[in-house]
Amino acid sequence: MPELPFPLPPLPTVSQVVFLMIAVLAVLGSLAVVLARNLFHSALGLVAAFFGAAGVYIVAEAEFIGVSQVLVYVGAISTLIAFAIMLTRGMMFGATSPRNRQSGTAAIITVLTFVVLMALTRGIPWPHAGEPIVDGQLIIAGLGHAFVNEYVVPFVLLAMLLLVALAGAIVVARDRK
Amino acid sequence: MNWSDAVIQFQYDLGAPQELSWLVEGITYFVGALILATASLTLALLLIWITRKVISRIQDRIGPNRLGPYGLFQTVADAMKLLSKEDIKPTSSDTVSYAIAPVLAVLGVLMSLAVIPFGAGLIGADLSVGVLYLVALGSIGIMAALMAGWGSNNKYALLAGFRVVAQLLSYEIPMVLAMLAPVLLVGTMSMQGLANAQSLYLGPINLGLGWFIFVLPGAFLIYMIAALAESEQTPFDLLEAESELIAGFHIEYSGMKFAMFFLAQFLNSFFLGAIAVSLFLGGWQGPFAGQVPLLGPIYFLAKTFFVYVVIQWIKGTFPRVRVDQMMQFAWKVLVPSVLTLLLAQMIIMKLPLPMWLNAIFVLVANIVVVVVVLNVLGNYFKREQVRSKRAFEPTSLIGTMQPVHPSSGD
Amino acid sequence: MLSQWGFVLMLSAIAVIIPVAAITLGHFLGPRRPDPIKNQTYESGVETVGDTWVQFRAQYYLIGLIFLIFDVEVIFLFPIAIAYQGLSFFSVMAAVTFVLILMLGLFLEWRKGALDWN
Repeated sequence: MPELPFPLPPLPTVSQVVFLMIAVLAVLGSLAVVLARNLFHSALGLVAAFFGAAGVYIVAEAEFIGVSQVLVYVGAISTLIAFAIMLTRGMMFGATSPRNRQSGTAAIITVLTFVVLMALTRGIPWPHAGEPIVDGQLIIAGLGHAFVNEYVVPFVLLAMLLLVALAGAIVVARDRK
Repeated sequence: MNWSDAVIQFQYDLGAPQELSWLVEGITYFVGALILATASLTLALLLIWITRKVISRIQDRIGPNRLGPYGLFQTVADAMKLLSKEDIKPTSSDTVSYAIAPVLAVLGVLMSLAVIPFGAGLIGADLSVGVLYLVALGSIGIMAALMAGWGSNNKYALLAGFRVVAQLLSYEIPMVLAMLAPVLLVGTMSMQGLANAQSLYLGPINLGLGWFIFVLPGAFLIYMIAALAESEQTPFDLLEAESELIAGFHIEYSGMKFAMFFLAQFLNSFFLGAIAVSLFLGGWQGPFAGQVPLLGPIYFLAKTFFVYVVIQWIKGTFPRVRVDQMMQFAWKVLVPSVLTLLLAQMIIMKLPLPMWLNAIFVLVANIVVVVVVLNVLGNYFKREQVRSKRAFEPTSLIGTMQPVHPSSGD
Repeated sequence: MLSQWGFVLMLSAIAVIIPVAAITLGHFLGPRRPDPIKNQTYESGVETVGDTWVQFRAQYYLIGLIFLIFDVEVIFLFPIAIAYQGLSFFSVMAAVTFVLILMLGLFLEWRKGALDWN
C-alpha cells in the first residue's frame, strides 16, 4: 500500500459531514453554471453555489457574513442576473452551447488556478480554531464599532460609492424616450 | 431553561451515552423541527378557515358551515380534494424550474419558524443574526416566484412573476428598515433577546407590557404595511387578483403543486404577523408571563391570531391598489419616512438627556411619521372612493354612453 | 452557537421533505389522463401566439439595482445598530452621514423620475 501524503483522518465529525454536504452543493451548483445549456438554468446553478458559499461561512461560525451572502447575492444579485437574461429573447429560450472558442484557454486557467490554490492551502500555516464563539452579538457589535471608528473614512467613502452606483443605475437602466 | 436543553437532559436520563452527544442533539432538533413544521401545516388549515369566516362575515355571508362544527373541517375536505386532483404538467414548461418552485416557496416560509420565540426558552434556534435571517429568507420566496413564472412558459405567468418580484423587492427595504428600529433600541438581533427586552418591571413583578409599539408606533405601522405587501395580501395582491385576473405566476399549476403556493401564502401572512408580535407587540410577554411560563405561548398565539384577523379584516375592506401607485408608495413614502425615523432615533437616543425624555422624543418622531403615512393613505383612498362613486352615480345612466362629467377628464 | 444552526439544518430538511411528499402523494393519488390539449399553455382557451417572451421593461431592472444598493446599506446598518449603545456621539454622526448620503441618492432617483412607474 503506497504511503499517503497525509495521515488518514479519524472518523469525520458532524460539522465536517455538514461541510461536505455544503461543499457538494456549491460544486454541483458551479458545475451547473458552466455546463447548463440554458442560461436560466445556469443562473439557478449560481443560486445553489451562493447558498453553498453561505453555508461554508456559517460552518466557519461567520453567521453574519453567511446571512448577508444570502441577502445580497441570492436576493439581489441573482434576481438581477435573471432579469438581465430575460431582457433578451434569444438568451432566454435559445439553448446555448456551453462551449466556445475560449473553452480550452478557460480550462487551462481553471486548472492552473486550482493548482495554485491547492499549493497555497497546503503551504499556509492555518491558525487553529480557537474557542467556539459563545456570543455572536459581540462579534457583530465589534464589526459595527469598527465601521464608525477605525474605518470611518472608508465607511463614508462606501456611502459615496453607493451613491455613484445609484446615479449609474439611472443612466444604465432608464427607458430612453 | 431552553426546551432543547430539557429534551437533551431527558435523553441522558433515559440512558443515552455521553459520547453520542451529536446524535442526541440531532434527535432533539429533529423532533423539535418536526413538531413545529407539522403543527404549522395543521395551522394552515385553520388559517384558511379563519380567512373564509372573517371575510364572509364582512360580506354579510355565513361562510363554510357544513362540515364539522362551524364548518371547521371544510378546509380539510378542500385539502383532500386538491390531493385527488390531476397533476397537470404543461408540455412546454421547463421541468426543473416548474417542479422546484413550489417546494422553494414552502421552504422559504417554513424556515422562518426556526427563530420565532413562542415563549421563554421556547425558540427553535436563538440565532444571533435572528432578524437578518428572517429577511434573508425572503430571497428564497423571490427565487420561487421567478422560477415559477419562467418555468411555466406562459406569458401571463412570466409577467406576473416579474411583477411579484418587483413588489417583493420594493417592500423588502422598508420592512427591513422598520425591523431595524427595535434592534437599534435593544442592541441585539436575537429574537429571544428582543422579546425579553419588552418586559416592564413593577418592583419585582414583570408586567410584560414594555411593548415596543408604545415607543415605535411609526416603525410598527411601516412594518405592517410592508408585511401586507410581502405576503401578497389585499390591498397589495394585484399580482394575483384572484377575483379578476387569472391567478398570477402560479397559473399553470394544479393539484398539490398549486396547494403548496397557497399554503406558503397563508403561512407567510401568519408568520409575518408573528414577527410583528415578537418585534413590536411584546412577543410572549404579558401580565404574569414571567411567573407562569405556560402563559407565554398562550399570549404569543393570542396576539398573533389577533394580528392575523386584523390582516383579514383589511383584506375584506380595502380596495386593491394600482401597480404604479403601489411601487411609488414604497419608494416615495415608506422608504424616506422610515429612513427619517431611523435618523431621528439614532440622534435622539444619544442626546444627553434622561432616558424617559429621549423615549418621549422618539415617540413624538414616530407619531409624526404615523400621521404622515396615514394621511397619504387616507388621501389616496378618499380619492379612489370619490372616483368610484362618480363612476356609479345614477347620472352616469347606463346606456346613454355619456361621460360622467365631461370636464373632469376621467 | 453552531449547534443552534443544527436546528435550522433539520428544519430545512423537513421543510423540503414536506412539500416533496405532498406533491408526490398528489401525483400518485390523482388521476393521470394527459391529453395534448389539456397540457397546452393555459391562455383562457385562446391558442398561444409566438413564444413566451414578453416585452421586458427596463424598469424592473432599475428597481432591482436600487434594491441591491439599499440592501447593501441595510447590511452595514445592522452591525452599527447592535454596537449603537457603546458608540460615541461622533461615531453615530458618521452613521447618520452614511444614511444621509443614501437618502440623497434616493432623492436623486426621485428627481430623475426613476421611481415613477408608468
